[in-house]
Amino acid sequence: MSKVAIHAIYDDEEPLMATAATLKSQGIKVKDVFSPFPIHGIDGVIGVPRTRIAICAFIYGLTGACLATLMMWYMMVHDWPTDIGGKPSMAYYMNVPAFIPITFESTVLCAAHGMVITYYLRCWMLPGVKAKNPDPRTTDDKFLMIVETSEENKSTMEALLKNGGASEISYKLAH
Amino acid sequence: MNNSNYTFTSKTKNITIGLMAIGLVSIVAGFMNDKAPEAAAHAVEGATAAHGEYHAGTRMWANLLVNGWFFMGIGLLATFFMALQYVTETAWSVAVKRVFEAVSAYLPVGAVIMFLVLLAGQFQMHHLYHWMNPNVIDSTSPEYDEIIVNKGAYFGIGAGNWFFWLRTILYLVVWNMFQRGFLKRSLEQDLKGGTEIHYKQMGKSAVFLVFFAVTSSTAAWDWLMSIDVHWFSTMYGWYAFSGMFISALITIMLFVLFLKRKGYLPEVNDSHIHDLGKWVFAVSFLWSYLWFCQFMLIWYTDIPEEIIYFQDRLHNYGYMGLMWTVFFMNFLFPMILLMSRDAKRNYFLLTLVASIIFVGHWLDVFMMVMPGTVQGNWHLGLVDIGTALGFLGLLLFVINKALTKAPLMIQQHPYLDESIHHNV
Repeated sequence: MSKVAIHAIYDDEEPLMATAATLKSQGIKVKDVFSPFPIHGIDGVIGVPRTRIAICAFIYGLTGACLATLMMWYMMVHDWPTDIGGKPSMAYYMNVPAFIPITFESTVLCAAHGMVITYYLRCWMLPGVKAKNPDPRTTDDKFLMIVETSEENKSTMEALLKNGGASEISYKLAH
Repeated sequence: MNNSNYTFTSKTKNITIGLMAIGLVSIVAGFMNDKAPEAAAHAVEGATAAHGEYHAGTRMWANLLVNGWFFMGIGLLATFFMALQYVTETAWSVAVKRVFEAVSAYLPVGAVIMFLVLLAGQFQMHHLYHWMNPNVIDSTSPEYDEIIVNKGAYFGIGAGNWFFWLRTILYLVVWNMFQRGFLKRSLEQDLKGGTEIHYKQMGKSAVFLVFFAVTSSTAAWDWLMSIDVHWFSTMYGWYAFSGMFISALITIMLFVLFLKRKGYLPEVNDSHIHDLGKWVFAVSFLWSYLWFCQFMLIWYTDIPEEIIYFQDRLHNYGYMGLMWTVFFMNFLFPMILLMSRDAKRNYFLLTLVASIIFVGHWLDVFMMVMPGTVQGNWHLGLVDIGTALGFLGLLLFVINKALTKAPLMIQQHPYLDESIHHNV
């Protein structure tokens, strides 16, 4: 049984949301939605799983804090103990307040860069990569919903999407 | 729009009145029992020389100052937060705006108490402010203090502290004028709707924020930093501001959660609660950041005239345990418990963290006032806690009373619809 992907274009986000909710209630999965701006609440309707980037950010931040601590311990305490302002760095804990700002900065630096790089890699948005957007109009004023269905159900689905307010319907081969 | 009113049940009312009664008993008992100790038993070499011996009643007056400042700050910063929402034209908060207004209703009450505590100092009924002692500018007196004389112009010392009083009255009157105006126009808008009043609120809020930006710092210098009159810190104003800010946000959030639990505010959804949780989380960090900045810079440079503040709070009078407890509880609890998205939508966790840091920030004000006033003669005893409970009762009574005065949900506002559909 071959599958087809239906690309339905909408002029507004509200009919798209309503149609997506109808599809969901009938147990039909929406494959993806492309929109010029973030539509609040769409994640739940089309069943996008919660992002796990926060967990990554936590791990990157922890890495940054550890790296900074290791660096400062090695430089200021282990390799070449320094006496700054009458505060000799004989042990790390003695001057801990002075090390906090750098630990904090390094945590933020690693967390922020780590998140951006992870995001680019995960979405495969790299220099020279061709954009995956199926219709460039979705970066301007159109909203696109992709639904996969079988050859037999094509016409029912098309009617359903049209009733929901879709202004254009086209078919692509499903991946 | 839902126009039901809040009912101040007799059960809640009895609790608040009971707390106020505890407070009153504590204040009276505290004054009756507070006698000057035989010798300055706890005095330690290197303590702030600006302060003389312990006077009877100082501990209670210091308590009144702690509570006067802490609770007035809640009303004041609720007013500030309201103004901030107007200026930035924030939509999400419209659904809970009535709670901001009710919390800000404590400002006039708090201002009167603050004023009376300061006035008692002016008439030498207490000696919390050493610079109010007329002897410090008398060059023949053993209490003559050249540093205070040099700073005298800022207070108007020698001329009835006129400049200090001019500022004090200016802050209190202008803050209250704006607070009344915001509430009055908000009720007007409920009836009239439209955008005219909304833009007027915006304009007034902008003026208020400019005034507040300066006076929130100078008020903290005048009323709290001047306790340690030889000492100064440029971070103090911001540090005091962030402490008041978080206390006000906690109070607002606890009231929203309380009302939700009681079945009020059906239009307020999880996203509103989530946003309030984010504010509490973020401002806790702001406070921790400013607390640490002030500490670290002074610790690092280690200049005697600056480090004395932390010497008094860490080594001289036995506050060290409390000092670090205050910092770590106010920093770590919100950081660890409120970091995740789910926690900021969990009523139990929010209530837990908010209750802990409410106490934490009261203790923070305690740490700002006590080492400079009662020095080693401090206790965190029944009278201190009782007085604080009394003020808490007063705060809850005033806020509950204010909540009954208008429909709990804003009736008309340009962003009301957007706020009700808030989704994050």
